[in-house]
Amino acid sequence: MSEAKKYPAPVTNPETAAFWDAAKQGKFMIKRCTACGEAHYFPRAICPFCYSDKTVWEESSGEGTIYTWSLMRKSPTGPYAIGYVTLKEGPSLQTNFVDCDLTTLKIGQKVKVVFKPTDGAPLPFFTPV
Amino acid sequence: MTIKGKAYIAGIFEHPTRHAPDKSTAQLHAEVAKGAIEDAGLSKDDVDGYFCAGDAPGGAWPMVDYLGLNTRKLRHVDSTETGGCSYIIHLGHAAEAIAAGKCSIALITLAGKPRTGAMPPRAAGAEADFESAYGATTHNAYGICAMRHMHDYGTTSEQLAWIKVAASHHAQYNPHAMLKDVVTVEDVLNSPMISDPLHRMDCCVVSDGGGALIVTTPEIAKSLKKPLVKLIGHGEAMKGPRGGKDLDLTYSAGIWSGPRAFEEAGITPKDIKYASIYDSFTITVLMQLEDLGFCKKGEGGKFVADGNLISGVGKLPFNTDGGGLCSNHPVNRGGMTKILEAVRQLRGEAHPKVQVKNCDLAIAHGTGGLLGVRHAASTAILERV
Repeated sequence: MSEAKKYPAPVTNPETAAFWDAAKQGKFMIKRCTACGEAHYFPRAICPFCYSDKTVWEESSGEGTIYTWSLMRKSPTGPYAIGYVTLKEGPSLQTNFVDCDLTTLKIGQKVKVVFKPTDGAPLPFFTPV
Repeated sequence: MTIKGKAYIAGIFEHPTRHAPDKSTAQLHAEVAKGAIEDAGLSKDDVDGYFCAGDAPGGAWPMVDYLGLNTRKLRHVDSTETGGCSYIIHLGHAAEAIAAGKCSIALITLAGKPRTGAMPPRAAGAEADFESAYGATTHNAYGICAMRHMHDYGTTSEQLAWIKVAASHHAQYNPHAMLKDVVTVEDVLNSPMISDPLHRMDCCVVSDGGGALIVTTPEIAKSLKKPLVKLIGHGEAMKGPRGGKDLDLTYSAGIWSGPRAFEEAGITPKDIKYASIYDSFTITVLMQLEDLGFCKKGEGGKFVADGNLISGVGKLPFNTDGGGLCSNHPVNRGGMTKILEAVRQLRGEAHPKVQVKNCDLAIAHGTGGLLGVRHAASTAILERV
């Protein structure tokens, strides 16, 4: 099962440290640009849409829908499902789907964020609601 | 400014090996370099431009030294790295350099041995902490595109299977192909699921090997003995999730590189007699055909079905060497072999069973990186003179 899987600890850097600090508190953060109003993921200091540096941290609802998925049937650590989630706030992000029957995933299905431990900050994953 | 007609492909070589436990990666580069230089009827000391990508051990300067290129003469190098389509990008860059007078005889090499040696690691991007733990591989990063394409357009596994079936019809005539057996749609659907919805036979082979090109000026090409093949259009592009806005995995960067190349060439997809289309997976071919304009977006499934890609049977003969799906995929990078088979078709040197009659216009198109994550694309349009 994926629960037993060992995930690598994020290296982190000055640009993204606040994301990982929040993750340790169980909060899933995105960045929003106060100049153009767009949210983005993964977080950058400079808005990738309008190049403003007026980007601020915002806690995401952690809720979204499955944009696409694929079940990798075999790997050295067992089967896993990779895909993209489109967050309520707008941005889509790459993730793994966990804690569910991986053969029943569907595009459009509602999912929510769940953190999994590493030797450093925990990593965000998504599971069906 | 244009590169149209300003550079010719005068030498080609594809390494016959698919399994090279007794050779080094640098050695394979040297063997394909020698092959292409000799095919052109030139000497290594004539080469004044060298192009290589991430598969070249150590990069450009160790390779130039190892290959014994004439450093008094060598005056242009380019190590643009865009995964499997690097060599199609190199072809365009070589033409730019030749048109600008920066070199006159360019050598491009690709080689490696993923079956019998270690693959060079890739440097981490800014996204690493936010993605690397999720295990994106080629299989699943193309699987997620196929899954969404099926959802949005009703594309089926049967339609994807026709791409493999067509490749296998061509591979039976290639003595060097890894997989020479003709397969059916049922064979593809009955092969094990690797990463939904892609079956094993939707995936390309893993092979050792390589290939090389000589690109030169019109004047030098005309002084040599090979049939004349010129580059008349070229495009390159990149695509990624870009902050996660408006994600759409049903199209590739080919949607931009293709029109750029066709516009420069002054032709349309209808004029193309033969197409080399990067086939890391069946879905790669289907999406790229749509993006290049061979059919409308979403209609790729119908377009590839019923043998439409089989030489002598369908409207658009593709990958007549068997492609990555059946022949080879040196170093998991298929761009070079796409150019090589396109040149063979234009020269009339393809196998007689798959040679396209009066083949005067061909396209070689490829993708590099991970289609469903971040990738590059490049399109080259070639004409027989």
